[in-house]
Amino acid sequence: MGRYVIRRLLQAIPVLVGTTFLLFATVYALPGDPIAALGGDRRLDPQLVSRMREQFHLNDPLLVQYWYYIRDILSGDFGTTFRGVPVSSLFEGKFQVTFQLAITALVFEAIIGVGLGLWAALRRGRWQDQAVLAVTLLLVSIPTLVSGFVLQLVLGVKLKQNTGVDFFPVAGIQDGMRSYIVPGLVLAGLSIAYLTRLTRTSLMETLRADYIRTAVAKGMSRRRVLGRHALRNSLIPLITYLGADLGTLMGGAIITETIFNLPGIGQQLFQSVYLRENAVVVGIVTVLVLVYVLANLIVDLLYAVLDPRIRYE
Amino acid sequence: MKNPSVDTHLLPAERAGDEPLLAVDNLHVEFQTRQGVVRAVNGVSYSVDAGETLAVLGESGSGKSVTAQAIMGILDMPPARIPKGEVRFHGTDLLTMPDDARGQIRGRRIAMIFQDALSALNPVFTVGWQIGEMFRVHQGMSKRDARRKAVELMDRVRIPGAKSRVDDFPHQFSGGMRQRIMIAMAIALDPEILIADEPTTALDVTVQAQIMGLLAELQQESDMGLILITHDLGVVADVADKIAVMYGGRIVENASVFDGYRAPAHPYTKGLLESIPRVDLKGQELYAIKGMPPNLLDMPTGCAFHPRCPYRKENCVTDAPPLYTVSDTRGSACHYWREVLDDGSN
Repeated sequence: MGRYVIRRLLQAIPVLVGTTFLLFATVYALPGDPIAALGGDRRLDPQLVSRMREQFHLNDPLLVQYWYYIRDILSGDFGTTFRGVPVSSLFEGKFQVTFQLAITALVFEAIIGVGLGLWAALRRGRWQDQAVLAVTLLLVSIPTLVSGFVLQLVLGVKLKQNTGVDFFPVAGIQDGMRSYIVPGLVLAGLSIAYLTRLTRTSLMETLRADYIRTAVAKGMSRRRVLGRHALRNSLIPLITYLGADLGTLMGGAIITETIFNLPGIGQQLFQSVYLRENAVVVGIVTVLVLVYVLANLIVDLLYAVLDPRIRYE
Repeated sequence: MKNPSVDTHLLPAERAGDEPLLAVDNLHVEFQTRQGVVRAVNGVSYSVDAGETLAVLGESGSGKSVTAQAIMGILDMPPARIPKGEVRFHGTDLLTMPDDARGQIRGRRIAMIFQDALSALNPVFTVGWQIGEMFRVHQGMSKRDARRKAVELMDRVRIPGAKSRVDDFPHQFSGGMRQRIMIAMAIALDPEILIADEPTTALDVTVQAQIMGLLAELQQESDMGLILITHDLGVVADVADKIAVMYGGRIVENASVFDGYRAPAHPYTKGLLESIPRVDLKGQELYAIKGMPPNLLDMPTGCAFHPRCPYRKENCVTDAPPLYTVSDTRGSACHYWREVLDDGSN
């Protein structure tokens, strides 16, 4: 087990090198000069420009630039922006916001998605099942932009106006955990729909298994057959989805963060791409890749806990 | 009663009279499908007594497994439906019994084992847990006692090193050992009836013989009634007392195992017997019943076997044969059973 974890962590190194390089190359290939952009409409002093190009190694070939970047990262230095601000200072607090948002969404996803899916599977073919399928289809087709603004208006504004209930903050993070409820729900929307359907299919498939028939033949109650014999088996594929989704949620939080004015990493990423702050873009994505790799490792370890047929040497 | 734990669940009509331990009477089972109603079982009757072994023979789709599942009450309803028939256990019809009363019988007094033990055992629980569950759930036994009982049962079905293997998972056992675990689970509460649905089909020939031997032995020890469902006549010849041959959802012949094997009274039974590979006929082409099993959605008119039958005469196409009485203990659903019988005894 320990050796497996170490091996998996070592395997993450080429993944990180590959993704950062790809990203570095993409940003490098973008048209326009980031230094010239600093001046906006005005032309900058050519001497200053050439000094900055020297300082940021912009005249060196791609591979050399990349080597400098990796070297600095390994010593814990994410570099500075073209405006002279240390990149790591831009990260401060922002990853936490995004992480908290993603985790909130993941919790919603797990509870609502799995719950709804199980419920639908147990009422297969009846109207409840059909209703769940219809609702998930609807959820899939509503873009975050729409659901975000609608929920913001309904829960944050109308609810307060009409009933006086002021429970759902819909902008900023000054209300602590509560600030994340509505944004988390919005961010989770699409994933809830997918997970509901996945759970439904998974449980229905498990219920067709021979060992379920065995459990019934052993005289076990329906409750026990579902709760003990079927549940654990049908959870296995869901864990994979949930794990992979953490990365997707963190990377996909930009729109949600913007709507609800959450100072997360998504907003920072968008801004940095816009301003051609390459060091920030690559830095953020590197961290996101790391989160993704770790989440997948945890999933694989959970797998072994749920399914004894999987053992890692 | 041999099992003191079930004394409190005695059925109202429970009696020792002439009623057999378990009697299936004119059972019909149909399935609602998109293509229409599939009549999987059409008026099957058979019975088993304590200590007796009934072999139910027939190819896939003949309704033998569906009948067994109807006895157990583990059919998915819907799509399955039982429009007619009775399954009497100690004289009481199980089909009209309230669910909770039937739940007291399922697994405890009538138990079942299945064909493929790997898929029939839950992959995520240890075998000890799965065997012990019978005691924990049905008898409220503690975890430790249930585990101890599981080891005892594993010993009883002769799993080597039971004590060290009780915490292993199903996939860590060989096919034969897995089937032994299934058997251990089924006999845990000393059932009066054990239904074995193709218990050896997924196994090697040598292992098949061991499992059949084990079943026969367990049956003698505890005087269970055993219903052995199989398509393999060779497997049951040694252990069965009587046979019921099924075709197209009907019993086409029932007989004592001796009579049935010596001289079949139905052309289908005869065909099955002739298609067993024999050492003395080595080198010759193996006999096969020509044609295909009947399509349950579109059953042939008259006798369901007539399209494949070498004894077919005109009336077979139009008149469905009743189960003719051949002797006190024997029946055949063939208009020309005398001819078949005569051919067989030559």
